[in-house]
Amino acid sequence: MSQDLIVAHIPALRRYARALTDNTWAADDLVQDTLERACNKWRLWLVGSNLRAWLFSVMHNLFINQLRQAPQHAGLTQTEFDEVAGQLQAPASGSDQLLDLQRCLLQLPPEQREVLLLVSLEDMSYAEAAKVTGVAVGTVMSRLSRARTRLQDLLDAPVRSVPDGAAKCTTTPRVATLHRLK
Amino acid sequence: MTPQAHTPLTDDELHALVDTQGTADALAGLQLRLTQDPDAQQRLAQWQWQREQLRQLYRDVLQEPVPQALQGAARQAASARQTSAHWRHLGGMAASVVLAFGVGWLSHSSWQNAPASFTPSSVMVRAQLEHNFVRQASVAHRVYTPELKHPVEVAAQDQTHLVQWLSKRLSKPLKVPDLNAQGFELVGGRLLPGDSGARAQFMFQNAAALRVTLYLGALNQGAAPGLSGQETSFRFETQNGTPSFYWVDQGFGYALTGQLPKEELLKLAEAVYRQL
Repeated sequence: MSQDLIVAHIPALRRYARALTDNTWAADDLVQDTLERACNKWRLWLVGSNLRAWLFSVMHNLFINQLRQAPQHAGLTQTEFDEVAGQLQAPASGSDQLLDLQRCLLQLPPEQREVLLLVSLEDMSYAEAAKVTGVAVGTVMSRLSRARTRLQDLLDAPVRSVPDGAAKCTTTPRVATLHRLK
Repeated sequence: MTPQAHTPLTDDELHALVDTQGTADALAGLQLRLTQDPDAQQRLAQWQWQREQLRQLYRDVLQEPVPQALQGAARQAASARQTSAHWRHLGGMAASVVLAFGVGWLSHSSWQNAPASFTPSSVMVRAQLEHNFVRQASVAHRVYTPELKHPVEVAAQDQTHLVQWLSKRLSKPLKVPDLNAQGFELVGGRLLPGDSGARAQFMFQNAAALRVTLYLGALNQGAAPGLSGQETSFRFETQNGTPSFYWVDQGFGYALTGQLPKEELLKLAEAVYRQL
């Protein structure tokens, strides 16, 4: 398979990994692991079939495996880091909103987060998202419903009495630190 | 208004509107029902906002240059190809990944199943064989496609004879793919010399008189024993500005060449592959 065709997908893979993990380095590790696995499992890609869906499904499997194996995180996620940094400066206007969204997104269970991202970021069809995540289309739709409904609930949650610049999402994000499989 | 117009929209229907999935007619029908469903209108607005904000959130990553670790290894891989010593000592896993893709990861099955009989040098030989094959396909394409009077030796109206003749010379029952669905009709075909035997070239053209050629024939298996019969997936190569997709199937090489954008050429190559 031509190197060019694979390399063309790397930016989108990086974006998806970043959105899943909210950690630049863990994200790039995930992409690297994905490319390695794709290389080793090359025979499993059916010639002429959807290369993008296959690459994303490899990443999906790795992500789920890593979640199962990783302990709860000890270090700061990018969001927490930004939050601390944000409290040290005057709050900006637009970026607060995005920070909120990021925080709320991370509170979604991984399977809901994945489906929401694949459909919203990658413009995947529901059938394609089903292939990537290895479930039925009906499951994709129900996860999508739960994701969007829950995300809206999180975004709408009333602000507790906290210092300026703090988020509306009040619980700590349940994000596991990903470790490289080696 | 029909009774259906008052049915509240289901979640699935809302998703379809947010993500623009489904036929234009179906979506138009949903829009119509939406006008009667203020709850759905509110949820749709919320979900559309979510979607736009999510895209905004990670837009930058898409535009970031791919980091060294993931892509710079391609340079190492290109130079590493020259020495077999580098095969196992590549700087970082990314390099081995890109190397694998760069070489085309030819005999991955023999790599995993029979490491004892596998040597990097035989893979190099194989890579060279395939590279030669594509080069020959590409040259044949450039030589014959500009021809007005004699683009082919046997024309499409003698297709049965053409196929019988070339099958006999290539010692393999051949099938000419039908590319009419893609807008290409058969012009005809010809016999050509290959490294050590006969090759065939079929020429197709579309309504804009753009021509593509399908070049096929046995790869010289004598030079790379033990690797014959291996299959590869599609690879892409451009020679002198002429792009080709090529693959190997049961010891036969196939190359589809044409001045088309990569995605369109790939679609044609897939159509050919499915039929052969």
